[in-house]
Amino acid sequence: MAAREFNVVGKSVKKRDALALSLGKPMYVADFAPEDCLIAKVLWSPHAHARIKSIDVSAAEKMPGVAAVLYHGNVPRIPHTTAGQGFPEPSPYDTFMFDNKVRFVGDRVAAVAARTAEIAEAALEAIKVEYEVLEPVLSIDAALKEGSPVIHDEADASILIPVPYEPKKNVAARVAMKVGDLEKGLAEGDFRFDETYETQYGQHTPMEPHVTMAHLDSEDRLVILTSTQVPFHARRIAAQAIGVPVRKIRVIKPRIGGGFGAKQEVLIEDLVGMLALKARKPVLLEYTRAEEFISSRTRHPARVRIQTAVKKDGSITAIGMDVITNTGAYGSHALTVVCNCGSKVLPLYKTPNVLFNGTSVYTNLPVAGAYRGYGATQAAFGVEVNMDQMAEAIGMDPAELRLKNHIRGGEGSPVFAALGEGKEGVEQTIGSCELDKCIKLGAKEIGWRKRKPHTEKTGRLRRGLGMCTLMQGSSVPEIDMGAASIKMNDDGSFNLLMGATDLGTGSDTILAQIAAEALGTDIEKMLVYSSDTDLTPFDVGAYASSTTYLTGSAVQKAALKVRKQILEVGAALLGKPAAELDLKDSKVVAKDGSKELTFSQVALHALYGANQFQIGDMASHITHKSPPPFSAHFIEVEVDTLTGAVRVVKYVAAVDCGTAINPALAEGQTEGGVMNGICYALTEEYRFDAKGKTLNPSLLDYRLYSMRDMPEIKTILVPSYEKTGPYGAKSVSEICINGALPGISNAIYNAVGVRLRYPPFTREKVLKALAEKK
Amino acid sequence: MAETRKISFTLNGEKREFSVLPDEHLLHLLRRSGCKGVKFGCGEGSCGTCTVIIDGRAEYSCILYAFQADGRDVRTIEGVGDFDKPHPFQEALVESSGVQCGYCTPGMVLSAKALLDQDPRPTEAKAREYMDGVLCRCTGYEKIWTAFRKVSGGGSDGR
Repeated sequence: MAAREFNVVGKSVKKRDALALSLGKPMYVADFAPEDCLIAKVLWSPHAHARIKSIDVSAAEKMPGVAAVLYHGNVPRIPHTTAGQGFPEPSPYDTFMFDNKVRFVGDRVAAVAARTAEIAEAALEAIKVEYEVLEPVLSIDAALKEGSPVIHDEADASILIPVPYEPKKNVAARVAMKVGDLEKGLAEGDFRFDETYETQYGQHTPMEPHVTMAHLDSEDRLVILTSTQVPFHARRIAAQAIGVPVRKIRVIKPRIGGGFGAKQEVLIEDLVGMLALKARKPVLLEYTRAEEFISSRTRHPARVRIQTAVKKDGSITAIGMDVITNTGAYGSHALTVVCNCGSKVLPLYKTPNVLFNGTSVYTNLPVAGAYRGYGATQAAFGVEVNMDQMAEAIGMDPAELRLKNHIRGGEGSPVFAALGEGKEGVEQTIGSCELDKCIKLGAKEIGWRKRKPHTEKTGRLRRGLGMCTLMQGSSVPEIDMGAASIKMNDDGSFNLLMGATDLGTGSDTILAQIAAEALGTDIEKMLVYSSDTDLTPFDVGAYASSTTYLTGSAVQKAALKVRKQILEVGAALLGKPAAELDLKDSKVVAKDGSKELTFSQVALHALYGANQFQIGDMASHITHKSPPPFSAHFIEVEVDTLTGAVRVVKYVAAVDCGTAINPALAEGQTEGGVMNGICYALTEEYRFDAKGKTLNPSLLDYRLYSMRDMPEIKTILVPSYEKTGPYGAKSVSEICINGALPGISNAIYNAVGVRLRYPPFTREKVLKALAEKK
Repeated sequence: MAETRKISFTLNGEKREFSVLPDEHLLHLLRRSGCKGVKFGCGEGSCGTCTVIIDGRAEYSCILYAFQADGRDVRTIEGVGDFDKPHPFQEALVESSGVQCGYCTPGMVLSAKALLDQDPRPTEAKAREYMDGVLCRCTGYEKIWTAFRKVSGGGSDGR
């Protein structure tokens, strides 16, 4: 279905907090710390794998200015997960506030809250720890080797849901699905492929590292101000880990400096809360940049084996995907990320035979977690490079091969029902899909027709064109819930209260647009307050590309209920049936144009006239589908054959996200995801020493692109209308981070004829591949 | 405990005195003096969220000691624009949707202001090099660059 016209939806209205943010107003967690706030610091493990034989905190406790010292000996031992997911979490309970064992370099040993940062650091130095160093497990292969040291040998690690969990084998999660017969399908193709791809550790690097402040309010409740994507999960999990009832905690998310999945983790709320409870004073913990790299969360590195076969006519006879992810020392998001490797990638291409196996293993390396793309990034890489290989083998244009095979509106995939998030998935047929158009418009924009094979290219600098197609989802069906409430004020303005979490994405703005559209008013009349567990309704939070689609529907429902109330008051006042009235320009208007009332008149009557009541309502929403956004990426690169340097010249992302509620913000999501993807493909990686210590926990040694490095990025929004979404919307946030890995790899191949399967595609790797080709 | 010393510098147009520790960083001093728009991002001069303008140049306040500001002219985001009269680049950022999480935005604004004050129509290469000091993970820079072009003569030498 084609795009539709709206009044507020579909307009690039200004992001509501943009001016205040550019004026540098105090809006982030640390900006609210009172002058007498205690500063928390954490003692991190220097060993990848060790048992704490003894720990003496007495000297630290006695230091003047030290208010609280925590370690495993003085806090309750409560198994939980830091994964900010719904209850019961599909991640294992393998984490403790503090443990008598450390499982990676950067694991928690103790924490101090003191009057100043200097005193806190001095106190950490005064803590004496004796370790029994154990053999570390530092790779996927080492983790799976028979007789390997067991990382989670504690008796109390478990998982709440009925899924395979084998910590004694260092296996945090396992999942499998099949359709048809892989071997039979592979035999039916004219060309067979069997390649392994391996993606690296990467960090989200939000510009604001993790930060949390906690204090006790006048009723002795713990108020946690935190940079989180999941305020309600943070409240539940912090309460669990600290050992207090949920009602004792209020979580507030102010503005936050980016998340990208790193803050879908209840990472430090438990610790800061416990320190504040013990010290009975406000406590602030701000991660340093090094801590953000080492002791925050990362993208699950993945080894992905892709087996496929294709017929000469381009029909794909089988796809096998075998994924092993490294979840690091704890199993946060281990199962769901590996599930997503299959569920957000395999349905894209139709084939009768699919086999998927996913395993996630523990290692003594930094902990993986949620990261924009969430498994699809890792798995789409292999599948999309393989598509390029298939196209070459059968002599078909890679864009043509996608056009021939991709899923379309009205079609289903057995993968949807087979693979969910920790349980079986939900069967669905695709609603809106404009991937054909994305491919055609993207190809045109990059100049795809001028593409020549690498064999025709000479000279030191060689350019190449690559492409890929992508899908993601929009929220987790039958699991995620978002709610919103709306009330009307005297002047005809509205308070819109939501649990939803704006990470900088602009969700507060686009959700206000949805409400304004339904209420026949404008964006200035919507007063938005979100993400406060005391004051706003529940929302699972900002993850799984859910907010626009899920919370947007809740907002739309709540607004339609309020609309009805306004119409009823208007009907009584105007003496006309509600059916003959409409809401327009903040007025109740008779459809025949005979009469009108301002919203203010309606509100004043409802609040002060007769039969007074508060015009307002609340609505919740769950979804029964997770409609995928679709995208086609086209990339031009230039490879320097002398140095191996790869430069992205132009990057085109054509995206079908349904109705773009705010096109400029949807473009911003796309461009940010694309740039993050480019950096991951070309520069970002962790380097470890032989004992598992991270060697480059710094933005000086872990390189992000700056304004100087940016290529030309062209976003093409291709509208479609998803009937199950608010005003036709689907998601946009995650999908576009997935294209750079395969798209750049394919473009490099088109430039110089080498296939790169181990990102980042550094000069060394390109030169090595070129040398091997000769 | 190290001894504090007195320094004075002009902060957002106002001459002020400060007691500082010898190893206190300018970022810390500014934040405790009420300039919360100066952000901590890395503490090693690599991300630019702590950018301030000192004597007309954009500098990282996280790697400068507070005493290094003694006698100089320091401008933070608090001294650039307000709700009624934002700086043209602040306005352009809002118009172009160049603000997402906003954590890098003050640094971007101050870098752009320092450059535009000395060269209102910089070449693209010069502008990109100057703006290179502030990282953004949200926007991919595209819309920040669009905003910059709006206030710097439209990118006279190309895109």
